[in-house]
Amino acid sequence: MPEKFADFPATTLTWRKTNGGLAIPVPEMDEGIAAAMVCHPSKAKDMKPIALPTERVPHWQARAVEKLRELLEKYRGLSVYLDICAQCGACADKCQFYLGTGDPNNMPVARANLLRKVYRYYFKRAEKFLGGDAEPFNERVLKEWYTYFYQCSECRRCSVFCPYGIDTAEITMAAREIMACIGVATKYVTEVVAKVYERGNNLGIPAPAWIDNCQFLEEELKTETGKDIRMPVDEVGADVLLVMPSADNFANTDTMMAYGKLFYALGISWTTSTYANEGGNFGLFLNYQNMKKVNKRILDAARQLKVKRVIWGECGHAWRAAIYTNTLNGPMDFLDPPHPVHICQFTADMIARGAFKIDKSANDDLLITYHDPCNVARAGSLLEEPRAMIRATCNKFVEMPRNTIREKTFCCGAGGGLLTDEIMPIRMAGGKPRAEACRSTGANYLAVPCAICKAQLPEVMKHWKVDARVGGVHDLLSRAMVL
Amino acid sequence: MNDAAMIWNLLAALLIGFAYLSAFVFIGGLLLRIALYLKTPVPLKIVQTPGPKSAPGVVARIAGDVLIFPNLFQADKLLWLGAWIFHACLFLILVRHTRYFLYPVPELVIDWQNISVYAGFLFPIPALYLFWRRLASSRVLYISGLPDYITLILLTAIASTGMLVHYFARVYLVDVKAFTLGLVTFAPVQPPQHPIFIAHFLLVCSLLLWFPFSKLMHAGGVFFSPTRNQIDNVLYPRYVNKWNEEVRVD
Ligand code: HEM
Ligand code: SF4
Ligand code: SF4
Ligand code: SF4
Repeated sequence: MPEKFADFPATTLTWRKTNGGLAIPVPEMDEGIAAAMVCHPSKAKDMKPIALPTERVPHWQARAVEKLRELLEKYRGLSVYLDICAQCGACADKCQFYLGTGDPNNMPVARANLLRKVYRYYFKRAEKFLGGDAEPFNERVLKEWYTYFYQCSECRRCSVFCPYGIDTAEITMAAREIMACIGVATKYVTEVVAKVYERGNNLGIPAPAWIDNCQFLEEELKTETGKDIRMPVDEVGADVLLVMPSADNFANTDTMMAYGKLFYALGISWTTSTYANEGGNFGLFLNYQNMKKVNKRILDAARQLKVKRVIWGECGHAWRAAIYTNTLNGPMDFLDPPHPVHICQFTADMIARGAFKIDKSANDDLLITYHDPCNVARAGSLLEEPRAMIRATCNKFVEMPRNTIREKTFCCGAGGGLLTDEIMPIRMAGGKPRAEACRSTGANYLAVPCAICKAQLPEVMKHWKVDARVGGVHDLLSRAMVL
Repeated sequence: MNDAAMIWNLLAALLIGFAYLSAFVFIGGLLLRIALYLKTPVPLKIVQTPGPKSAPGVVARIAGDVLIFPNLFQADKLLWLGAWIFHACLFLILVRHTRYFLYPVPELVIDWQNISVYAGFLFPIPALYLFWRRLASSRVLYISGLPDYITLILLTAIASTGMLVHYFARVYLVDVKAFTLGLVTFAPVQPPQHPIFIAHFLLVCSLLLWFPFSKLMHAGGVFFSPTRNQIDNVLYPRYVNKWNEEVRVD
């Protein structure tokens, strides 16, 4: 752990349970404490395939201002949010990155003000005239932007507490889009998007390896259940195309095997695609164009494979982008309605129809609690379905404190393109509220339907010494399902 | 005419000109800003979930936002209380002031007369609280800029001068009414020769001038916040972004 980390004031705060809630300690402000924690910059080889400038464009300041003008004309939200913030500070202590670091620029309003001061300088001279903070877009501001707009996971927790619903995530997205267009982005995010265009998925798994892994999982399932449960790849004419996070094929294999068992039990033909074996959309963290392009692959694959439905796997950012698919890449009317569908919706529905034989006692060794991934819950409206699944498959389910779940959920600390090791202190600090909420339940299994959370939370739990295993929601069904 | 009268006439003319200017800037600025919001597309449906599933639900959500600030209540109870009293006072004061611009005065305004006067007395308390917390809380101090302080000072100054002319240095109301009605009927007459009243009036004009260009636009913008004013039905029916086609991805 980088030295600086121990300095975050939040590390020493104590967390306390109140009746049903969690008393959330707010750290003292410490200006600039997180300023040194920046993501590695992008490489030319990754910028090229994703249609971004490979180096800082000439006249980048003017270009950025022009882009800001364009975005103001394209996004009502941006325009309204920049105008109407009362600077009341209600959102200030609601961001896990402020709670974790105490760096004032991680207060949502202060983060937004980094863009707002540029907006004021060029577009709102009256406030500048009266002494409002205004600054031209210069190297210093760019550095602040690059640092703090990449310490925001675009989780939208702040918007829930803002009297006008100001969504700082949208302001972060705008700032990142402006930076991208002048050639400034992070290595991690651009690398991932470039990999999708090259290999079809975020991890860069080549098609033969994907197929290999699927065969290996089929063998595992055979050993475990004695049944011939298939993990089909590129099967034309299957009913369902499943787009999961590619990590499920590689790291979260229990979740992937659970999908296999699920469709086996239902007798539904399904497939994955080596052209689009990824739901997670990192274009979302960069700009509209890449978000649209990443998503398009999924519908292209659905057309090629002539499926009737596309189902999105256990992934938060996949679902956040999926709910825009109809807008971005639609109409999706070549598929059976309803669409898009998240696997938790699908499975919860099947459970409700009594499609499976379930032995809940198979999960009796677990005390389960549930982390609402912000993109599944707050952005994607799936609050009940995963819970219904857990209740149907487990006897022992306990909720985390009410101010840390559902639409008020804390991000795991690594969403929005932050799941990269050079900012580990930020990730651990941002994950602290979730860790403490989990600790307060005494649960030993933290169920999460999101691949980034599944990569981040085990590290968070280890770091903050919370003794809970992290796993998928479908993993629980898989354990309890009687085939 | 003697010199003093001439100067007074000149001042009165300037005051009237300033009043019309600020009213014009206020109305024009407000309408322009709102037209701009309406003109700007909302490309993706990003709603604060769980949200209303129907149009009446959206109306209820916005009405709630305007009347009781539910999100603020969840965020910070004390700030909510201060902010709510602050705005309730503003509203009552505003209602009371329609008596100077409408003839005949609506029943409702007459009925609310007394409680509106209390609102004027009460107003400085929440305003001071809001000002105090800007200084007392390190987080709020960090985000506060000069315009945030100026706005609160301006509103408090308006309310205080208002109470002064109402109670302590009374201005002759018939003159006031003649003046304000003159303004709204575009047949301006001389303002009352009362320095505190003139100060009160000038401050209000400054507020109007400032309004469309400042964060005070939240009063109009709250109706256009996309996370709050849309139906929470992103999955169905298909939501169309007007400029989606322009973004080429092949
Ligand atoms: C639709 C009507 C309005 C709504 C829903 C509304 C709502 C709010 C809310 C929720 C806040 C944040 C909490 C706070 O800091 O007090 C706020 C702040 C504020 N409002 Fe309003 N408001 C409205 C109209 C107005 C009007 C007409 C004025 C003044 C002419 C005004 C003046 C202010 C000021 C000065 C603040 C900042 C207070 C501070 O500095 O802490 N508001 N408003
Ligand atoms: S979107 Fe999330 S991470 Fe970003 S400022 Fe708001 S609360 Fe913090
Ligand atoms: S809660 Fe909303 S209005 Fe208040 S400071 Fe935060 S973003 Fe601005
Ligand atoms: S990783 Fe999970 S919790 Fe974190 S931002 Fe993504 S969906 Fe939200």
